[in-house]
Amino acid sequence: MGARDQHGVDAPWVDPARSSTNGADGFAVVGRRNRKIDGLSKATGAAVYADDIALPGMLHAKFVRSTKAHARIVSIDTSAALALPGVHAVITGKDLPINYGVIPWTPDEHALALEKVRFIGDEVAAVAAIDEETANRAIKLVKVEYEDLPAFLDPEEALANPTPQIHATPKKPERGNVSKHVLLEFGDVDGAFEGAAAVVAGEYSFHGTTHAAIEPHCAVAQCSPDGNLTLWSSTQITHYVHRALAHVLELPPARIRVIQPCIGGAFGGKSDPFGFEFCAAKLAQITGRPVKMLLTREEVFYLHRGRHPMQLAYRTAADADGKLRGVDAKILIDGGAYSSFGLVTTYYSGQLLGGPVHLPTYRFDSTRVFTNKPPCGPKRGHGSVQPRFAFEIQLDELAHELDLDPIELRRRNFQGEHVETVNGQRITSNGFLACLDEVERASGWKERRGKLPHGRGLGVAGSMYISGTNYPIYPNDMPQAGIQLKVDRSGLVTAFTGGNDIGQGSSSVVRDLVAEELGMDPADVRVVASDTDLCPVDLGAYSSRVTFMVGNATIDAARALRRRIVDAIAAEWEIDARRIFMGGGTVFDLEDRDRLVTTREAFQIAEARLDTLGSTGSYNTPTLGGDYRGGTIGASPAYSFTAHAVEVSVDEETGRLTVENCWIAHDCGRALNPMLVAGQMEGSAYMGLAEALFEVHDVNRFGLHSGPSLLDYRMATTVDTPELHALIVESLDPEGPYGAKEAGEGPLHPALPALSNAVFDAVGVRLRHLPFTPGNVLRELRAARATSQRERASC
Amino acid sequence: MQGFDLATPTTVDEAVALLAREGSLAIAGGTDLLPNIKHELFEPRTVVALGGIEELRGIELESDGTLSIGATTTLAHVAAHDEVRCRATALAQAASLVAGPQLRTMGTLGGNVLLDTRCQWYNQSYFWRQSLGFCLKKDGSVCHVIESGSKCVAAASNDTAAPLLTLDAELEFASNTGRRRLPIAELYKSDGVANLRKEPGELLVRVRIPALETGRERLGAYGKLRERGSIDFPLLGVAVRLDVVDDRIVHAALGAIALQARPLALQKAAAALIDAPASGPGFDDAVLACAAAAARQLHPVANVPGDAQWRKEMAPVYVRETVRAARAGTGPVHGR
Repeated sequence: MGARDQHGVDAPWVDPARSSTNGADGFAVVGRRNRKIDGLSKATGAAVYADDIALPGMLHAKFVRSTKAHARIVSIDTSAALALPGVHAVITGKDLPINYGVIPWTPDEHALALEKVRFIGDEVAAVAAIDEETANRAIKLVKVEYEDLPAFLDPEEALANPTPQIHATPKKPERGNVSKHVLLEFGDVDGAFEGAAAVVAGEYSFHGTTHAAIEPHCAVAQCSPDGNLTLWSSTQITHYVHRALAHVLELPPARIRVIQPCIGGAFGGKSDPFGFEFCAAKLAQITGRPVKMLLTREEVFYLHRGRHPMQLAYRTAADADGKLRGVDAKILIDGGAYSSFGLVTTYYSGQLLGGPVHLPTYRFDSTRVFTNKPPCGPKRGHGSVQPRFAFEIQLDELAHELDLDPIELRRRNFQGEHVETVNGQRITSNGFLACLDEVERASGWKERRGKLPHGRGLGVAGSMYISGTNYPIYPNDMPQAGIQLKVDRSGLVTAFTGGNDIGQGSSSVVRDLVAEELGMDPADVRVVASDTDLCPVDLGAYSSRVTFMVGNATIDAARALRRRIVDAIAAEWEIDARRIFMGGGTVFDLEDRDRLVTTREAFQIAEARLDTLGSTGSYNTPTLGGDYRGGTIGASPAYSFTAHAVEVSVDEETGRLTVENCWIAHDCGRALNPMLVAGQMEGSAYMGLAEALFEVHDVNRFGLHSGPSLLDYRMATTVDTPELHALIVESLDPEGPYGAKEAGEGPLHPALPALSNAVFDAVGVRLRHLPFTPGNVLRELRAARATSQRERASC
Repeated sequence: MQGFDLATPTTVDEAVALLAREGSLAIAGGTDLLPNIKHELFEPRTVVALGGIEELRGIELESDGTLSIGATTTLAHVAAHDEVRCRATALAQAASLVAGPQLRTMGTLGGNVLLDTRCQWYNQSYFWRQSLGFCLKKDGSVCHVIESGSKCVAAASNDTAAPLLTLDAELEFASNTGRRRLPIAELYKSDGVANLRKEPGELLVRVRIPALETGRERLGAYGKLRERGSIDFPLLGVAVRLDVVDDRIVHAALGAIALQARPLALQKAAAALIDAPASGPGFDDAVLACAAAAARQLHPVANVPGDAQWRKEMAPVYVRETVRAARAGTGPVHGR
């Protein structure tokens, strides 16, 4: 069985005579800036996204959405909408009454609201009509009568008021509006604070932000005459959509096919099974016609599942030499109207702080509450960007109090390689020290920090992140990732993977690993991805798991295939298999190099001697995590590590922060494709800085989204984006594919606290509350000035 | 959004005949009209496209030195045109900061001059406004900016209106009853629901900027406050005109937008500059007096999305910096 095989960190197949095309590192394909598999088709417009799909007779569906923040549905009258010419069907919650949720323990969603609505924009009914215009007219004709309920827009208010409950828990009414509470303590935290030479304590807050992927969500559903359902959807997790459809539509899973077409970004916002997917499918079943459901940009803001607002109270204790003694955190999480991944978020808000600095003792007390707002969920750096923001500022505060260089403080507390964290997580490779060295060098830290003119400063922060988790959302013993390879006598190898390429380049990684293992030109490898009829299951593109897990499964399958081909050629040539080498698109005898065939010829020989050729491979995680409830959440086979240095200019008159430079050093284990890794690093830092400076996802005093458009939700434009310097660090993880770890989420985390720390260096003022909009910064600067004046006056 | 008919006249006469019909709206670049139609703020039965009308296009220098700009000249063209940059610097700078590059390539000067007022409670979809219960400006009866307010305070958000105000621009309108010319100062009124003194069937043909009296040096600059470096509508816009003779400011004008329903002429602020030296400590003092006077007149309310308190505090800063930029021949003031 391939699962858990370790494939080594070095180039797998090196021609001892070095005569092949391999580079100095021995790799032929890996480590090169290979063009993305779909790069040209995206650039030229040839790529097919969900909304590009048009089927004969296709209907268009639209949602009727709640205009109330919290209300009971008294009645829904669909008759006028149904009577409109061109309308084929109208469905309401009663047509899809089965509840679901991406986390099996919190199935609190319905495709359409059943008895009540929980936020403005909640989905109440769906109309299918001959075109979008007719559907849009029809949704205005659906009459919904509501009985208003008090709405909670503030998490503290929701926490303080157990009634009305946003989600009723008749057996446990005492839960009130608490979505999830986690209190975990590792070691004697109170003891650690006693006798500490330094304690820093502070309150921090993280506002809400959303993904804003450029492609709005879209699904197309089609029912075959024999009742098989096909759903094309802009999802990043085909497998969970498949499972959820079977559950909600009460269909055997074998009758359902889910396909992810080309996707225009996801960032976590396409991880949940969604109402538009169920409704498109149900409407296709009812009407017998294909049905498309394309959300507007405004609707994507209601769908949300973005970053949770958090209020974070942190205390950190240390010895006089800066060695940490303990951390104590209390976090209030604003969940919005549904659970989504919230159970995991609540754990992640504490569980992912166990590195890269060593915490001898640690406690976190996290409470997620429901509010009548668009539901929050996973966004790039799920659950851990917010606590990391607070903690990395705490470290800066500690360094200041102890008069230590903030980089030196982190070095002194470095947890090391191959260690276990206080919360029971196994750390393998750890390149954090190299990351610190890189940002220190590249930013000119030693020469410049603390010495720049007033108003200009440098700040540092670090972080860790998972390369997938061994918690598979629903408990099962099957592999997390599977691969099938098909060999064609034309010389083509096709890889079938359930892995979702959401722009991060996972299909390109599969292609390159197959080519590396088989000594082929990557152009002769095709990848068929994320089609549940064709591809073995992969758990999808979340938790930064795909390169690590699908990569290992790919090597597993390709290596098995190579073995078969080599054996067949060895038998054909009647020599020892150890003399056979595959490389450079050829197969040859190492001891008689003129005895050589092309890979295509080799495939034909093998097919003739053996059978139709193919192979399978898989990956599953080792048993990981602490032996306590929640101990597996956040347990990963490998962790990435990051350090950022940010250089900022502060305009003290206007409050505007200008990020001049951001140096991003990221330990990705091995850069399978340095161009893709650097792209992920730059994209992550861009996103983190934009969240800090511009983006605000919130509702106004009526519970209405404060700006559900890309005009009012202010993402940074190119002119707002600083110089981003990607500094790749390769620690070569023993269990990653050729040593690779994740690169898509970790490099976001330090951007925000490093910016805050840079502001402190620039003007001596701590920014603890996001967002750092100029107005907010100006108020903070003024408050700090007033405080220092008062302090001076009282001296 | 509702469907509409599209008409494509090739002359002003054809266009005004079409615009005279009820339910007609003109479209030039469409960068504002189309989002507003999608939001069901405008519900035209006929949209009259102006792109095919020659008379509305282009920039000309008339024999008396008047700069004449056709209403459908794109903002990108206005921003880059040498005569505009020279004779109406603040206008070129303002045009260069409207929205982003793609929108300036489509959007027109006429469209910007006649831009509908904007408000966070108004520039939203029908669904959103329905959930709100609508507002004074459209379909409703209450104001959400000024509670219990009876007058709409949606903000004039047209960057180019501020410099045109300072430049005493004159607007030529055509209708099916003939043509008329109107000083731009008389175009706008303090009603956010409809801030234009213009009949629905009237078509803006050209914008004329009178020549400067000989012997004067005309300086100008524009300052725009927004959170991002591109795309956004102004949180505050300030245009400055300084006419200088022998290093003395003989005439000054300031215009501001994005505060109230109409672009404002800041007369007291301008008065602080008139007769002041155009350099040295006397100029510096006058600039500060001008900024202080402007701050007393500028009272942002929470009409457009953004931090109203910050907008208020930035008013004197942007006035000061924009006056300085005008004198120094720099600008636009942006990103401070």
